[in-house]
Amino acid sequence: MRKTFLSQNPSVLIFIALLAIFTIAVTLLSEVTGVGLISTSFVKTLGKTLCLSLVAIAMDVVWGYCGILSLGHFAFFGIGGYAIGMWLMYARTEGIVMTSLASQPLPPTPAEISDAIGNQIFGVVGSSEFPLIWAFADNLFVQLLMVVLVPGALALVFGWLAFRSRVTGVYLSILTQAMTLALALYLFQNDSGLRGNNGLSGLQNIPGFEDSSQAKVSIAFFIASAFALGAAYIGFAWIVSGKMGSIVKGIRDNEARVRFLGYHVESYKLFIFTTTAIAAGIAGALYYPQAGIINPGEVAPIASIYLAVWVAIGGRGRLYGAVIGAVFVSLLSSWFTGGGAPNINLGFYTVQWTDWWLVLLGMSFVAVTLYFPKGIGGLFDYLVRKPS
Amino acid sequence: MTYKTSGVVLAALLGSTSLAAAECADPIKVGVLHSLSGTMAISETTLKDTMELLVETQNAAGGLLDCEIETVVVDPASDWPLFAEKARELLTVNEVDVIFGSWTSVSRKSALPVLEELNGLMFYPVQYEGEESSKNVFYTGAAPNQQAIPATDYFLEELGVEKFALLGTDYVYPRTTNNILESYLKSKGIAEEDIFVNYTPFGHSDWATIVADVVALGADGKQVGVISTINGDANIGFYKELAAAGVSADDLPVVAFSVGEEELSGLDTSDLVGHLAAWNYFQSAESEANEKWVAAWKAKMGEERVTNDPMEAHYIGFNMWVNAVKKAGTTDVDAVREAMYGQEFANLTGGTAVMLPNHHLAKPVLIGEITADGQFDIVSQTEEVPGDAWTDFLPESAVLTSDWKELGCGMYNTETKTCVQMTSNY
Amino acid sequence: MLRLLSLAVSFWLLLSSIVYAQSLQDILQTHAAEVAKPSRSSVSVVLDDLVASGLPQALPFLEAWRDREIVRRESDGIFFRRLDSSGEVQLQDLDSGDRLAAGTQELQKVRPNGGVRRAIGDALVRFQLSDPDINKRRSAVDSIARSMDASQLGPLQASVAGEADADLKAVKQRLAGMLVATFGETPQDRIEAIKGLSGDLSVDTRAVLNTILAADPAVAKTLPEGANIAKVLTIGEDISVAEAYTRLVAAKLAPARVTKDAIRDALLTHMDGGRVGGVPVAELGTDEMRARAYDQLAQDGTVPVRVSDDAQAKAVAAHKFYLEYTENDAAITDAARLALNGIETSVALSQTVDLGLDALSLASIYFLAAIGLAITFGVMGVINMAHGEFIMMGAYTGYVVQQFVPDYTVSIIVALPLAFAITFAAGVAMERLVIRHLYHRPLETLLATFGISIALQQLAKNIFGTQARPLTSPEWLDGALVFNDVIAISYIRIAIFVLALLFLMVILFVLKRTRLGLEVRAVTQNPGMAASMGINPDRINMMTFGLGSGIAGIAGVAIGLYAKVTSEMGADYIVQSFMTVVVGGVGNVWGTLAGASLIGFLQKGIEWLNPSNTLAAQTYMILFIILFIQFRPKGIVALKGRAAAD
Repeated sequence: MRKTFLSQNPSVLIFIALLAIFTIAVTLLSEVTGVGLISTSFVKTLGKTLCLSLVAIAMDVVWGYCGILSLGHFAFFGIGGYAIGMWLMYARTEGIVMTSLASQPLPPTPAEISDAIGNQIFGVVGSSEFPLIWAFADNLFVQLLMVVLVPGALALVFGWLAFRSRVTGVYLSILTQAMTLALALYLFQNDSGLRGNNGLSGLQNIPGFEDSSQAKVSIAFFIASAFALGAAYIGFAWIVSGKMGSIVKGIRDNEARVRFLGYHVESYKLFIFTTTAIAAGIAGALYYPQAGIINPGEVAPIASIYLAVWVAIGGRGRLYGAVIGAVFVSLLSSWFTGGGAPNINLGFYTVQWTDWWLVLLGMSFVAVTLYFPKGIGGLFDYLVRKPS
Repeated sequence: MTYKTSGVVLAALLGSTSLAAAECADPIKVGVLHSLSGTMAISETTLKDTMELLVETQNAAGGLLDCEIETVVVDPASDWPLFAEKARELLTVNEVDVIFGSWTSVSRKSALPVLEELNGLMFYPVQYEGEESSKNVFYTGAAPNQQAIPATDYFLEELGVEKFALLGTDYVYPRTTNNILESYLKSKGIAEEDIFVNYTPFGHSDWATIVADVVALGADGKQVGVISTINGDANIGFYKELAAAGVSADDLPVVAFSVGEEELSGLDTSDLVGHLAAWNYFQSAESEANEKWVAAWKAKMGEERVTNDPMEAHYIGFNMWVNAVKKAGTTDVDAVREAMYGQEFANLTGGTAVMLPNHHLAKPVLIGEITADGQFDIVSQTEEVPGDAWTDFLPESAVLTSDWKELGCGMYNTETKTCVQMTSNY
Repeated sequence: MLRLLSLAVSFWLLLSSIVYAQSLQDILQTHAAEVAKPSRSSVSVVLDDLVASGLPQALPFLEAWRDREIVRRESDGIFFRRLDSSGEVQLQDLDSGDRLAAGTQELQKVRPNGGVRRAIGDALVRFQLSDPDINKRRSAVDSIARSMDASQLGPLQASVAGEADADLKAVKQRLAGMLVATFGETPQDRIEAIKGLSGDLSVDTRAVLNTILAADPAVAKTLPEGANIAKVLTIGEDISVAEAYTRLVAAKLAPARVTKDAIRDALLTHMDGGRVGGVPVAELGTDEMRARAYDQLAQDGTVPVRVSDDAQAKAVAAHKFYLEYTENDAAITDAARLALNGIETSVALSQTVDLGLDALSLASIYFLAAIGLAITFGVMGVINMAHGEFIMMGAYTGYVVQQFVPDYTVSIIVALPLAFAITFAAGVAMERLVIRHLYHRPLETLLATFGISIALQQLAKNIFGTQARPLTSPEWLDGALVFNDVIAISYIRIAIFVLALLFLMVILFVLKRTRLGLEVRAVTQNPGMAASMGINPDRINMMTFGLGSGIAGIAGVAIGLYAKVTSEMGADYIVQSFMTVVVGGVGNVWGTLAGASLIGFLQKGIEWLNPSNTLAAQTYMILFIILFIQFRPKGIVALKGRAAAD
């Protein structure tokens, strides 16, 4: 079985090999080994890009293979980030509070401890009460479970309702967009108990590893992200290459015919929608400790649209295409907006890329959809199979 | 990233200073961390230009420690996580000596852990909600007691307001400020039912119902006043609706904490005459230094451009930093921090700003009435008010104090006489 | 405010008898600091002296002072009135009225703040009430309405008879009625006046009645005889036990409860060698142990005893809690209560109507933003994510036109067709260059148009900057249509409503009654068949898309007039607009109308339930829409038959 799977999909082996070489190379060149050719901030950027690649693969599976253009997968990504962020914030604050209370003459009561932690976390939004959703914030295991369960459950319920009602095509896209907008608006409210617009911050300081330098922490997360990406790649490649993959692709191409063949289309769609949501949640949980802060702006509808754009530019219906798209666009974007690209002086007008990058990006979507529907990944086809 | 950011903007070189730069072994670098794109670019781009003007002026005056000052500009693109990433880049890759940057609280909170981890130094120029004092940040904007509280006093004493509508955009600054104000008003004998609070999303435009609600507050015969922490674009719709409802400043005064000269330039102000704003600076302030500053700004940016409060904060902050570096003889963060305490610099409204050991400034509070030409008529100016990191009007903060000079602690509990924590809450 | 009354009297006396050998400038110099930097609390001294002086030039000075025309010469501190005549600044002597050129003298402007200006206005009232200038009379009446002072009743009543202007006379009579209701001499007068106020919905009438009905909370063992009691509070309903007890404590009728903080502090102060109250300090980590230690201390008599819940309930039960009117005469409060109850019923009714109007207005804005989309998405099935940017383009067109045409009315008349033309052209160009190639790939249209959307947004930023731009409505759209003091709607919103209605009719007409409409419907239903009947589908698609985009442009001008013009304004409306179309039912203009109405009314309804949190209203509305679509995927007005096929 395994042999046939790999021999059918040589690209998986190539991808895993490249990923491994890349991970080892970055680790060796980072500040941890003392070489320091790659700065810690760049390691973080690379680690975050790996997480984005992971969510892009999930997007590719749900859109490129199953034909559901979800404009809400970043909502799941954000939920994963919030779930792990709650524990990171709680545990870090608890450490600080316990040290400070230990120096007091009276041993603190549980209520005092909880008040002090609440005050530290919610002080910025003018409150000190612990909302109900923080009930398990002190328990890493439960929060890790939430990283998987909450996006999964949300996707399951949302997908079940939508697929059952046969909401398809652009309607589903708009509906998923509404979902992520509702989530963003909900998180923006202070009453939701997740610190409103401020979100959760200081997530790069991992409780229990206060003494480790950020160089070490960032490499650890980088490697973890690479593992997650590799595992997800193999997992999703396996899903889309077997019999299940054929059915899923059939649904993409003609849902009605697959249904008439006797397959329960809704279950397949629901399975794909939910697994990709879980993958997105995991990606988010790895991403935000590297970014350091998560707030409602992260799950705004625009983020999910960008996700679709990465996949489109990278090439739909091929997993490595999604990775190429995510890496290419997000790194290029940070190069252009970071002032890395040289300005072009036209004599009468100087093109500043911080101003014009979005125009270029926007026009490139149009060009890609019109002229390269297969995206960058499609170029490989030309290289591998010489046009006959 | 390993490559040098080439977005470095080189200031105009003068003959004498380029000579000085030749002797300079270690160039002095100033990082500018303001969004140049995205939603906050509207406000923050002005501050980047301000920093460039300040650095140019300083270089023309001979630089600093025999060195040319170099500005390193990065664009965090109004994306809060990017503030952390760019701050790290500035400190580790570009190796800047100081950062001037941030506008929103959330962007500051995003950069904070990086600054504290790498022992950087940042000047934060915007009025904010307080409840913070980091070893690595100097807050040159107003704390609530330097803007919100005096404005409320003005409402109570000068306008005789008895009922308050606290309208704000739904984010941290209005939330915290309104919490502080509610508790302050209660301490002044205003009953809870006489305080109406409402939050709207960013960019809100449908104000009819809210304005009608506020007008209806007057039904029990009390003078109503509006304290607005409405942010940015949303103000336009709000003031338009006020004007449409025929509400004059005499009947229902509005004092805004986020509306300055820059925001008014997007509005026809003829219907807003008489409404108020509270800041530490107005362009209309009458002083020689201000005239010079406004003239220099207009010469660089164009006649139609205006100056505002956060610009003055950078003006004071940068000059204090320059003087502190001179005093310390080095740009080493710890030495400069020590030298900052007690630094004095003439502010643009007359009088002197002093840097306090809690990393906040003592500055005068000004209240201005909007005029038809989009400027402010200053109707009240206080003495210098020392900025208070931890407000006295919330019970849990009242016991806290910040003193980095004597106590070496930014969050010191005066009741238990212990330092609650050395690093900040993010 | 008897002071003012007595002043007025003395003023009249002084005017006819004694004339002080004192100039206005002298008085001002005596209070120089107060005049230069006046404050509401201290300005009365100056006003008193000025009024008492009886100088005729005091009146123009007060007006000039209020209007910020007074300056102070820095060299000698003399006050002048500043006059700007033909571009030259002149200084007018306050006593003699002589003018002199200001030249290069350093002048300091005197800026009385809003509170001081109001105080000056109050002082001016009696002189202005019978002024020949109607504007001055109006401002005097406004001043009285703002301060509602007993001393103004006399002069106001005196001026009513001589008032020539009928409208102003009515205002004066109404105001006098309100003043009598509050300050009338006999209870009969006041009750009569109060009766006269019933049926008046205005905020100031309610203010008068509410002031009469002001009540303070009080507590006593038994209800006092003869007190004018507004209401006796029921424990557990009107007031919680804890709140009631707090009032008892405040009235010094019960000992204070011992809070957790107080327990901690007490334990800290009585700590004795690692133990307190017989409990080892290390064990004081729970509330129970702390309470036990504290009780031990209380037994020893070192600290006050804790008030138990039982004791609290008993103490509360033993007292009466009630509200007592500040007005002693029950007949007056009864009359006021009766009048107010009547008013409040109609106020509640009016508020409902007003909320309905707001909802209607919001619905028409959503409709206006979505109507173009109803054509491109609803009829043609093209997802145009750049629709919001067409709205933005229309708004910026309006802004640019206003830069060239200064007259606001003309500029709007020019801007509306121009916005249509520009966005029509943009729409046609987009259809020709991009969308035409993607008719069979709807999901990709979404991506391509999204690319155009962000490119257009950034272009607008590069051209116009990120700052919001002003788009000012013509004067005849300023202000609001006022039905009564509660029901009012601004003219600009009415204009938007009318525009929305107009669009609805135009589109219905075009689609149902014209050749173009027939061809559009034919092409939408079956392009192949339509083409074989001699219709050019390319041309029809182009025209339809242009029409939808052009309407978005006009909507942009309207939305810009009422809200703001920024590069991101389109993005604010795009998701909402799509939902409006989807909820209403695709392919039907009536559906879009139904969708917009549903969303508008629903949002206002939720806001009304939770007025302090607009964000929550939006969140719940979107959740509702998601659920709604799950259960009615084809929207409110669903197409039936073959047209409904995907």
